[in-house]
Amino acid sequence: MTTDRLVERLVEAFWETLHIVAVAGVWTLLGGLLLGTVLYMTSKTGPRPIAVLNAPLGLIVNIGRSAPFVLLMVAVVPFTRLITGTSIGTEAAIVPLTVASIPFFARLVEGALLEVQPGLIEAARSMGASTPALVWRVVLPEATPGLIRGFTVTLVAVVSYSAMAGIVGGGGLGDLAYRYGYQRFEAEYMIWPLVILVVLVQLFQILGDRCARTLDRR
Amino acid sequence: MDSSPSIRLSGVTKRFGDLVALDAVDLDVAPGEIFGILGRSGAGKSTLLRTVNLLTRPDSGTVEVDGGELTALRGRELRDARAKTAMIFQHFNLLSNRDATSNVALPLRFQAVPRAARRERALELLDLVGLADKAKAYPGRLSGGQRQRLAIARALAAAPAVLLSDEATSALDTDTTDEILDLLARLNRELGLTILLITHELEVITRICDRAAVMEAGRFVETGPVPELLADPGSRLGGQARRLASRLLGEEVAS
Repeated sequence: MTTDRLVERLVEAFWETLHIVAVAGVWTLLGGLLLGTVLYMTSKTGPRPIAVLNAPLGLIVNIGRSAPFVLLMVAVVPFTRLITGTSIGTEAAIVPLTVASIPFFARLVEGALLEVQPGLIEAARSMGASTPALVWRVVLPEATPGLIRGFTVTLVAVVSYSAMAGIVGGGGLGDLAYRYGYQRFEAEYMIWPLVILVVLVQLFQILGDRCARTLDRR
Repeated sequence: MDSSPSIRLSGVTKRFGDLVALDAVDLDVAPGEIFGILGRSGAGKSTLLRTVNLLTRPDSGTVEVDGGELTALRGRELRDARAKTAMIFQHFNLLSNRDATSNVALPLRFQAVPRAARRERALELLDLVGLADKAKAYPGRLSGGQRQRLAIARALAAAPAVLLSDEATSALDTDTTDEILDLLARLNRELGLTILLITHELEVITRICDRAAVMEAGRFVETGPVPELLADPGSRLGGQARRLASRLLGEEVAS
């Protein structure tokens, strides 16, 4: 009987976690790629230096990365309400999670793009590539393995942040472990969510590594 | 030569802060000619080569390629002109995550050539440089000589009138260097391709160049047909050749 309840709650929490990570992951992928690419392009040594854009964007990214997630979650409540109409629940938890992980991934994207050999950019320029074509056809494809590795790291961070989303009633495995395991001292509610989270993170890492390795022909 | 020059630089000057990298350089390269610029690192060769396709814009002076003044162009027009002035590099600069065919087709993607036509042209060029059997290979699996041949095929994709070579054989061993130089000479002959190359290796000049210039501190200190320069023991090229010969043969040939 109690085991049935445990399994039921675990399954429900697992889907909640997966839902949070998937939705936040997609937005982070899009937002981080865009922000990171713009940071790379507009930097002083980038293909299209624009200081008035690069400096404020860099500052925003750094603020986003230095704010502790617990505080960020509260700070963005008005924004969360604007988007989801509420500040509690699973959907509401996704907003601060995305806001926190976009700057994180953006820096990793910027780093991956900086790894592309300057000679390759020069070669593309010599072929008459415009800046958008250069980024789209040369820089991004060449950086793909690094981008995948960066996204894997980000996704693992999103999983661990999602546990904190329990504070706003976000649900998920972290929330389950906190409420039943930590607050009620039910040991199995502490152990099983943890085991599942470890397996999930392992899975992401293995998949990410494999993808990156297949695409990396250097 | 009575035809108008393929490349003409007039009074090209470039400064980097206090350093004068190019000091009012004039240069005429005739169509179908192989012109070599010899110099040590820091002499300004690399900067000079990059002013020809305006990867580096000169502070003053004009650059003309095939009769059109590049220094007057900007944006789209400049990019189209660059496509006709191909370039190869010491470190090849290939896309490591794309196969040989895609690498060769890259310049055509920038010109929005349809996929089938890109592929056809790429295979044709791979065949031309002797890499027909490597169409699906990634650059990481190719030898240095094969990589440079791939880069040459890529450079030819947009049917350029001029090829700029930036120390293209400096990362290669002697035999491979000869193989690449022979390929460049053949393309020059068969396609009428004008080649402007920079090098610090005298052998590159003596093996394939029609005319050469010696560059020091941002200016040409000597220009002329290679056979004439070699025949003159008082010229820098001739002197360097004699010193090299005497060093290799261990006897006094130098004057």
